[in-house]
Amino acid sequence: MDLIHNLSIGFEAAFTFQNLIYAFIGCLLGTLIGVLPGIGPVATIAMLLPATYALPPVAALIMLAGIYYGSQYGGSTTAILVNLPGESSSVVTVIDGHQMAKQGRGGPALAAAGLGSFFAGCVGTLVLAAFAPPLTELAFKFGPAEYFSLMVLGLIGAVVLASGSLLKAICMIMLGLLLGLVGTDVNSGVARYSFDIPELTDGISFIAIAMGIFGYGEIIANLSQSEEERQVFTAELHGLMPTKEDFKNMVPAVLRGTALGCSLGILPGGGSLLSAFASYTLEKKLRLKPGEIPFGKGNIRGVAGPESANNAGAQTSFIPLLTLGIPGNPVMALMVGAMTIHNIQPGPQVMTSNPELFWGLIASMWIGNLMLIILNLPLIGIWIKLLSIPYRWLFPAIVLFCAIGVYSTNNNTFDVWMVGFFGIVGYAFLKLGCEPAPLLLGLILGPMMEENLRRALLLSRGDWSVLVTRPISAGLLVAAAILLTIVLLPAVKSKREEAFVEEG
Amino acid sequence: MKIKSQKDFLSGLMFTCVGLAFALGATNYTIGSGARMGPGYFPLLLGTMLAIGGGVVMLGALTAGSGAPGGDPVGRIAWKPLALIIGSNLVFGVLLGGLPSIGVPAMGLLVAIYALVVVSSLAGTRFSLKSALILGTILAIGSYLTFIIGLSLQFQVWPTFITG
Repeated sequence: MDLIHNLSIGFEAAFTFQNLIYAFIGCLLGTLIGVLPGIGPVATIAMLLPATYALPPVAALIMLAGIYYGSQYGGSTTAILVNLPGESSSVVTVIDGHQMAKQGRGGPALAAAGLGSFFAGCVGTLVLAAFAPPLTELAFKFGPAEYFSLMVLGLIGAVVLASGSLLKAICMIMLGLLLGLVGTDVNSGVARYSFDIPELTDGISFIAIAMGIFGYGEIIANLSQSEEERQVFTAELHGLMPTKEDFKNMVPAVLRGTALGCSLGILPGGGSLLSAFASYTLEKKLRLKPGEIPFGKGNIRGVAGPESANNAGAQTSFIPLLTLGIPGNPVMALMVGAMTIHNIQPGPQVMTSNPELFWGLIASMWIGNLMLIILNLPLIGIWIKLLSIPYRWLFPAIVLFCAIGVYSTNNNTFDVWMVGFFGIVGYAFLKLGCEPAPLLLGLILGPMMEENLRRALLLSRGDWSVLVTRPISAGLLVAAAILLTIVLLPAVKSKREEAFVEEG
Repeated sequence: MKIKSQKDFLSGLMFTCVGLAFALGATNYTIGSGARMGPGYFPLLLGTMLAIGGGVVMLGALTAGSGAPGGDPVGRIAWKPLALIIGSNLVFGVLLGGLPSIGVPAMGLLVAIYALVVVSSLAGTRFSLKSALILGTILAIGSYLTFIIGLSLQFQVWPTFITG
């Protein structure tokens, strides 16, 4: 069996002492930032990217991936115990999870989230391993026109699923694409928009942009709100084991959540947040069994479903990245950056040229999930203690790590000025209600899109119709158009806004 | 005419201005044609699209708006945290690398860490110099161990006048 053979390559790569250590560090850090509100996986991965220069590529990617899915676990802990989602994907877990904790059933809620996530993580890893090779085959058939259309679909998908105004999100993508063009044009060697600043001819460091917008922008916004003392839930946890009744309710929800997460994660723009929302909506729509606790009052299905879905979505969102080289969400965009730092061009050739990296990363996810369940259930007490660290101790540390991280990318203070500038920009975006995530995707895809469009039009001698006459390319563009139309339909439009207002 | 959503109007204005700036900038480079795209082609295309998109956002803000009460105002700008956080970042950069153009010597990583922590702590609601210095010490030791010893990154640790 190919799958087993491939996975065994992966486990061989992942089971070295060094890689296990980095997987563990990644999971630990991921849980940490998941538990601490005010800092998300995007800023953390951006901060740690420079630190991974010295590591071999497999270890670096394993660690960064661990941060991403680790934060999904950690986020649920604060959601359940403190009524604060540590991560955006845990927003829906708060609704029923915290109610359960108030009723003294925090233990079973945490167990449901942890076990559900673990199960979903295992399935997600298998789906990733099974789907990656066929998709890779398909990707080899793609020419520049198809790639261009695929990126259009990916970007449209990302904004359709984002919250807030669609038009503004599309503008943010274009802004990101334009910022991605700053620097030397690969074809003509012309330095574009560099204002004769030598540092700008290499382009704006996406690390500086990500840290400025996601790190500094958030901190400034957090500080401008009056400090409300966080209420730490101090009640003792009475045992973690869910009852038999709980298991009966939980298992089908976990299965449904996993299935939803696996399929939505693959979609461009999908991932953990969307999966969690979709799963909660589904669970809420299903009829309650007689005697079951209603939703919003501490129903265990409302915890198990979304938590499984967000973890499954987090795993399967690696599929478009690893097979097509197209990032589906901002974290994946940073993973593209991490791969390019290590001279690996993301795309279908990774599987054949670096099989131990490809399969090692996949295998490490399963290992990471196992570590996470140990980190999160028996050691839950430590994480609760961490919650009592006040924000005024945290934010100077975050500012410092951003500054050090960005300086160390090039050992150049110019990047420090850039991160400051983008901090102001990030705060402005927040004030103006512009979601920054699409900008980051555009930033990564900008040069790739230009290059593929240029090649496609060169081959067709300037004929734009090449994008619609080639069947795969046309199909992708049609899919993008359908997505846009659906969202713009008045009925869906109001529903979509309602959904994000109510739950986001 | 009354603006229905100030947030949307201002963001539309921002998109239009940035789009126009990129599009105008693109005209300095060779545009070329579809078959032979010059370096200015794609930015001109995108910049124009962004400028138009921004215009539509502005129009939308004038007519429909998001329905938020009070014209969806941008709200007060938190100047103090904004200035202090960005300022601490700049101070860090200056102290770490120095500014040779105006003759500021590099003071090295440790001094820069203390300065950053103290300046950024001022942005919090309750500031105490003592706790900022304690935090600075913890972070300085931690950073030294992780970045210099652990990851062996190339930083200037001590001020220039000590190391010479």
